[in-house]
Amino acid sequence: MRLSREDVLHISALCRMKLTDEEVERFRNQLSNILENFEILQQVDTTDIPPTAYPIPLSNVTRDDEVALSYPQSDILANAPRQEDGQFRVRAVLEQ
Amino acid sequence: MKDSRKLYHLTIDEAHKLLTKREVSSIELTKAVLERISQVEEKVHAFVTVTKESALSRAQEADTRIKQGDSSPLTGIPALIKDNMCTRGIRTTCSSHMLEKFVPPYNATVVERLNQAGMVMVGKGNMDEFAMGSSNEHSAFFATRNPWDLERVPGGSSGGPAASVAAREAIYSLGSDTGGSIRQPASFCGIVGMKPTYGRVSRFGLVAFASSLDQIGPMTKDVTDAALVMNIIAGHDPKDSTSVNQPVPDYTKSLIPDLKGIKLGVPKEYLVAGMEDSVRKIIDKAIAKLEQLGASVDREVSLPSTKYALAAYYIIAPSEAMANLARYDGVKYGYSHEGNNMWNAMEKTRGHGFGPEVKRRIILGTYALSAGYYDAYYVKAQKVRTLIRREFDEVFKRYDALITPTSPTVPFKIGEKTGDPLKMYLSDICTLPVNIAGIPGLSIPAGFSGGLPVGMQILGKPFSEEMLLRVAYAYEQATEWHKQRPKL
Repeated sequence: MRLSREDVLHISALCRMKLTDEEVERFRNQLSNILENFEILQQVDTTDIPPTAYPIPLSNVTRDDEVALSYPQSDILANAPRQEDGQFRVRAVLEQ
Repeated sequence: MKDSRKLYHLTIDEAHKLLTKREVSSIELTKAVLERISQVEEKVHAFVTVTKESALSRAQEADTRIKQGDSSPLTGIPALIKDNMCTRGIRTTCSSHMLEKFVPPYNATVVERLNQAGMVMVGKGNMDEFAMGSSNEHSAFFATRNPWDLERVPGGSSGGPAASVAAREAIYSLGSDTGGSIRQPASFCGIVGMKPTYGRVSRFGLVAFASSLDQIGPMTKDVTDAALVMNIIAGHDPKDSTSVNQPVPDYTKSLIPDLKGIKLGVPKEYLVAGMEDSVRKIIDKAIAKLEQLGASVDREVSLPSTKYALAAYYIIAPSEAMANLARYDGVKYGYSHEGNNMWNAMEKTRGHGFGPEVKRRIILGTYALSAGYYDAYYVKAQKVRTLIRREFDEVFKRYDALITPTSPTVPFKIGEKTGDPLKMYLSDICTLPVNIAGIPGLSIPAGFSGGLPVGMQILGKPFSEEMLLRVAYAYEQATEWHKQRPKL
């Protein structure tokens, strides 16, 4: 599986991560090699084998809904790069 | 111990005895460790942050507790915490520019538990960025050096925690292990490192890399110390839905110095091609020693799906990572880049904030989860995961524990593998099947090759930490490897 330049650009758009031209080319080569190596998985017969998401069986873990202390607003906002009036400030989502 | 300047050589157990007898104070011990840090840190580079002031005040509190007879085995003992575990008021960077200025508003559960036990935290340990790497060269800040040879890597991703203990800059440390990140650096630095069973230790406050694989564990100078740390950190946590509600034994009770009646297996697939001869010989000798101690050893055990573990791991881990790292958008916390609109700012934030290995894995994970490839890669890998776990389950019906090398090689030179990610990934070939299966694994010093440490890995079925500690303890009592120290 050789990735094309367009493949890498498409993936980087999906994960919202800007790559430089040099990175696109480097990752294209490295990931192509890695994926070729991983084709070994296609040799494995997995008919009727269920997938494992977690090594321990888990389903709908719940706890009692108890009232407990949370964090002060100032603590939660302390790391925010941009804030205003006690809220996270985000850039405009909609264009004009 | 008269010479207070050498107190940093003590184990937890030794220090605890001196502290409770009041022959040494936590302040003296902490000052000795801080002094050691100031002497050797410029060579080792194990710390992202040294917390000198808070360590001294914590030591004072510990001395008060000890005076009042209210102490645990960890009270007043200086420790280093890997920099991906949240510490309230103390920055937690994951060795990434993305979190370089991040100061958590809460403690990870393990930190909370250790604090209650009286830990004196001396700092936060360097790591591969977001725990992605096997050499610490992927730290966005600097590469930690191996105390046994400063030209070589300490292993990763818990390279700082491993090197700090080997260099005597901390009495013990906590690491995290997603594919070998506790055990491989423990092997490279000549210390004991244990990855507990998935779910044994709370992950709350551990910055997530791959949620179905991550687990926190102790990195210590010997097996007794590993048991002492496990006694404090293991247990159910309502804040981590994947932590298991199962009683925690007293792990020190498994420190029994013989192996009579213990059945051990050696999976032949772990003696892989590419394994250094010297490593193989050292592990062979260690296995013979285990036999002398009373264990029966079957050298023909087979786990045939082992050869698929690397591929399955490097699909599952990056897929989970890309989802977990989607939170770094420059809004709530972390690095934030300017941009002319929201998407543009986010793309630049992530493009500049993450380093090369993290980006590589996010791209790989995104690809494996993307339309058209999800079944061929991600679901296929999860099915192979089932096969790997089933093979372990079968084998553990016949054996109490399995013995393997921890790493196929001795510590490699800095720069040796950074150009070829696949070569770097192979460094974890013996450790990552353990995370895939969710079983516990422990690495213990088993010898030296050319002055460099070699670790033996002991594996067991889920929640068999006591068995691993027993096998490791018996071996340790019969050998002197853990008493060797690097010359710095």
